[in-house]
Amino acid sequence: MSGSFSVFARELKLAWSGGGGAALPVGFFAAASSITPFAVGNGVENLKVAGPGVMWIALALASLLPMERLFQADLEDGTLDAYAGSGIGMEGIALAKTLAHWIATGIPLAIIAPVLWIMLQGPPEASWFVIVFSLIGSAAFFFFGSIGAALAAGMRRGGLLIALVTLPLYVPTMIFGAAGLYAAASGGEWAAPLMLTAAAALFGIATSSFAAAMALRTAID
Amino acid sequence: MLGAGASSLVLEVENLAAARGLRILFEGLSFRLSGGEVLELRGPNGSGKSTLLRILAGLTRAHAGTLAFTAAGEDEPGRHYLGHLDAVKPSETAAEQAAFWARYFGRDQAEALKAMKRVGLSGREQVPGRGLSAGQKRRLALVRLLIEPRPVWLLDEPTAALDIEGRALVTQLVAEHRARGGMVIAAIHGDGFEGSRTLDISELKTGAVA
Repeated sequence: MSGSFSVFARELKLAWSGGGGAALPVGFFAAASSITPFAVGNGVENLKVAGPGVMWIALALASLLPMERLFQADLEDGTLDAYAGSGIGMEGIALAKTLAHWIATGIPLAIIAPVLWIMLQGPPEASWFVIVFSLIGSAAFFFFGSIGAALAAGMRRGGLLIALVTLPLYVPTMIFGAAGLYAAASGGEWAAPLMLTAAAALFGIATSSFAAAMALRTAID
Repeated sequence: MLGAGASSLVLEVENLAAARGLRILFEGLSFRLSGGEVLELRGPNGSGKSTLLRILAGLTRAHAGTLAFTAAGEDEPGRHYLGHLDAVKPSETAAEQAAFWARYFGRDQAEALKAMKRVGLSGREQVPGRGLSAGQKRRLALVRLLIEPRPVWLLDEPTAALDIEGRALVTQLVAEHRARGGMVIAAIHGDGFEGSRTLDISELKTGAVA
């Protein structure tokens, strides 16, 4: 247990220090949402139609960005061999790493989400709701993404493969999350989409580390 | 130091074969090694020394055959695997990495400091991984062996990149580990360890374990 916990603490630190790159997804999320009005037109009605959906897509794609390096760096420098060769389960390593990167990146993503939300003409009173949704949604995106990250860890330029493997897994979170944001924007019923998004996230958290561990064991074989 | 079972430590390998893709690297490897013994793996590049070590470490699946580490009173004796890659993070300082491994193995931070001193990295504690030379990275990798005492050491060219003093250190560490009843299996070129057994992998079809 001390193994997984120490890996979690180390990754959390590495994610925000040199080369970790937790800032990149945050920048991407902000940039993608900010340029939306230039593409769909800055009319309030236009943004009300497109805004929540675009924001949710931007969150999903921003969460995909750190996936290419999630396990690749450890595989390349031998850290994964050292972890596996010392008899600590790959499941714990995958869970610890993904959780750390979600905390390092998902929380900043959720913090800037309401700013982007208001910029896209979302009602300000729904800001807290947007934060909660972004937190839960990014958890689902990160944990499902870790499966693709593990599968592509041994590949140069594995980003495309990660997107291909991961995007189908994103679909339930995509549907329920966007439905929730649209409900929040129009003052509709949001409890059901929130619970379904949370269910997707919990499913991802519960299952992804086993799938990722299997892929990582193959990667170091 | 290695637990009551260390002296009864045994590795039994039977009819082991390794393959990379469709190519069989070696087959029919059988040997028995006890605690307190050192086995040097020799053979030309590409003969399967690293693959054998990875199989013994549980990282790579064997193509055929069985292997079993046993020790009285232990489920499975702990192993350390030191590969070609040193598992050194470029952005963490040497001290941070040693401290990390101490936490990883659930050991005291004092162990990390002691190990850093032992491998000759005193004074380099605050240098980030990217600033360490190849030999210093290797020394930092050796820290893992010292922080967590484990009966089985699997070393892939442990002296690569090390200077003369570093080589002497590895020889010394191996001798001490052996004296404690530990087992060492090392792929090595050049000077070996005193009193060790030798396995030339390129002669494996004859199963020659001296």
